Amino acid sequence: MSEFFQQIINGLSLGSIYALIALGYTMVYGILKLINFAHGEVFMVGAYSGYYLATSLGVERYAQSGASFPLLLALLVLGLSMAIAAALGVTIEALAYRPVRKAPRLTPLITAIGVSLFLQNAGMLLFTPDPRPYPPILRELRFEVGGVIVTNIKLAIFVVAILLMVGLQLFVQRTWTGRAMRALSLNMDAARLMGIDVNATIRATFAVGSSLAAAGGILFGLDQITITPLMGVLTGMKAFVAAVLGGIGNIPGAVVGGLLIGLAEQLTAGYLSPDYRDAITFLILVVILVLKPEGLLGVVRQEKV
Amino acid sequence: MSAPAPRKPRWALRAAVAAAGVAALYAAGLGVQAGLIDYVQRILLISGINVILAVGLNLINGTTGQFSIGHAGFMAVGAYTAAFVGVHLAPHVAAALGAGGVADAVTFNLALLAGAALAGLTGVLVGLPSLRLKGDYLAIVTLGFGEIIRILFNNAQFLGGATGYSGASAAGLPPYTTFFWVFFWVIAVVTLIKNVTFSQTGRSLIAIREDEVAAEAMATPTTRLKVLAFTLSAATAGIAGGLFAHLQGGIRPDDFKFDKSIDMIVMIIVGGLGSISGAVIGGVFVAVSLELMRDLQQYRLVLYALLLVVIMLVRPAGLLGQRELGLEWFKRRRRPTESA
Repeated sequence: MSEFFQQIINGLSLGSIYALIALGYTMVYGILKLINFAHGEVFMVGAYSGYYLATSLGVERYAQSGASFPLLLALLVLGLSMAIAAALGVTIEALAYRPVRKAPRLTPLITAIGVSLFLQNAGMLLFTPDPRPYPPILRELRFEVGGVIVTNIKLAIFVVAILLMVGLQLFVQRTWTGRAMRALSLNMDAARLMGIDVNATIRATFAVGSSLAAAGGILFGLDQITITPLMGVLTGMKAFVAAVLGGIGNIPGAVVGGLLIGLAEQLTAGYLSPDYRDAITFLILVVILVLKPEGLLGVVRQEKV
Repeated sequence: MSAPAPRKPRWALRAAVAAAGVAALYAAGLGVQAGLIDYVQRILLISGINVILAVGLNLINGTTGQFSIGHAGFMAVGAYTAAFVGVHLAPHVAAALGAGGVADAVTFNLALLAGAALAGLTGVLVGLPSLRLKGDYLAIVTLGFGEIIRILFNNAQFLGGATGYSGASAAGLPPYTTFFWVFFWVIAVVTLIKNVTFSQTGRSLIAIREDEVAAEAMATPTTRLKVLAFTLSAATAGIAGGLFAHLQGGIRPDDFKFDKSIDMIVMIIVGGLGSISGAVIGGVFVAVSLELMRDLQQYRLVLYALLLVVIMLVRPAGLLGQRELGLEWFKRRRRPTESA
C-alpha cells in the first residue's frame, strides 16, 4: 500500500509540473485557437535560465560548504527565469505568430512547429546536447510518513505550483487584463469593439503562460535531476495532452488534466512497465479526443454553417 | 480525347509506351550506377523516396485538407514490415526461382507491397476514429498515434527493440533499393495519386477540403472518402519506408521520430500544399538542401527550422500554391487561372 501512495505522491508532483505547462497551452489556445508548439521550448529555456542564474549566483559554493542555497536567492532565480521566459514568449508571438494571425489555421500551426524546431536546435547549439545535472537550488531533505518517502522538493513543487495557479486564477478573474483575456477568448471581434487592446492582451497571455512554463521548467529540473535541450519536446506534448484532457481553453481543466496525466504516467510506470509511460499519455489523448473531444471540463462548440 | 480511336490499339500503344519507359528507366539506372559517384546516387535515391512520401502525404494534407503530422508512424510500419517480410521471404523465393537478380526483385517488391498493405491497414485503424476530428485536433491525434507506433516498435523485441532491425546477417538488410526500383515506384505512386486527384473522387476530396459541411450536404460520403485518402496516403508512406529500409541496411525506431513527420510536412509546404508537382519539387528540395547544408554541421537544423518559419511568413502557400506544373501551365500561363 505504501508503494501505491509513493506512486501517487510522485504522480501528483509530476502532474503539477504538467499542469503549470498546460496552463500556457490552454490560455493561448483559448484566445488564438493555436497549438503553441514552441511552448515546450519556452519551458526548456526557463529550465536553462534557472540553471545559469543559479550557477552564476554561486550555488556550487553553497553546496560545497555544506550550506543550503538561501531561499531568497532561490526565489530570485525563479522570478528572473520567469521574466526571461515571458520575454521569449512575447518575442515569439510578435515575430512569428502575429504576422500569421489572420491566415488559415494551418499556417500558424506550421509556424509554431517551425519555431519549436528552431528553438530546439538553437538550444542544442547554445547549451550543447549533453544532459546537465540541475544545480541544488533546494537541498534535498527526505522524510518518511507511514512508509512513504516525501522530499522537500516534492513539497516545494506542490507549494509553488499551487501558489502560481491560485495567482493565475486571481489574475484572470480579478484584474482588467484577465477580464480582457476572457473577453478575447469568447469573441475577439466583439472584444475589439469594446475597446480592448487585442495585441496587448495577447502579449500579456503569452507573457503569463510562458512564465508559468519557466516555473515548471525549474521545478522539473529539481524533480528529474537533469535537463537537456530536448526536454521540452515530450514534456510539452504531455502538457498539451493534459490541456486537451481537461478541456482546452479551460484553466481549471488544465490543472485537472495535468494532475491526471502525471498520475496515469506514474501508475503505468510503477505497475505496468516503465517502457509504456510515454505511450499512456498518447493513448489517453486518442481516447479522449475520440470519445469526448471537448475534454473533461470543456464546453461543446456547435459547428455553424 | 480527340480522335475516337478503337480500343485495342490504344491499349497496345500504352503497353508499348510503358515497356519503353521501363526499359529507358532501367538503362538510366545502369547509367547512373556506372556514371555517378555514390554520394550523388544516394541523394538521388533519397530524393525519390522523399517524392513518394511527399506526394502521398499531399493527398491527405493538401488535397483533402485533413492535416496529419504523424506520417512517420506509417513509414515505420512499412519499413519494418518490408524488412521483416524481405528477410523471411528471400530463402523461399530463391528456392522457387533460383537465387539471383530476378528472385531479389520479386522478394523486394513483394516485401514493399506487404509494407504498403500493412501501413494502409494501420492507416484505416488510425483514420477511422481520428478522422472524426478536425483541424489541429486531428493533427495532434495523428501525432499521438505516430508516437504510439514508434514506442511499440521500441518495445518489440522480435524487431530488435530500440537497437533496431537489420535482419539476421551482420551485413544488414540486402541493398535492394536501386535507382531503377526507387524511380519505378516514384512513377507508380505519382501516377496513382495523380489519377485519384483528378478523378471524381479527387474532386470530392477537394470539396471536403474547401467546405466539409457543404460537401456533406451535397451527399458526399465524407467519412468514407477521408478514410480512403488517409489509407492511400499511409500505404504510400509504407512503400517509401520499405525503400528507405533497404537503402539504409537497417532501421531503428529513432529513424521515425516526430522530426521525420516534420520533414514530410516541410516537403509539401515548400512546394505548395495541394499541388502534386509541388510535392515532387518539395521532396527533391528537402533531400538536396539537407545534403548541401551538411557542411554547416550543427547549424543545419537551425537553418532548416528558420526556413520553415520564413516560408510560412513570406509565402504561406508554398512555391506553387495549389497550381500544377505541367505542359498546360506553360500554355495557359498568360491567362489568370482560377484554381479549384
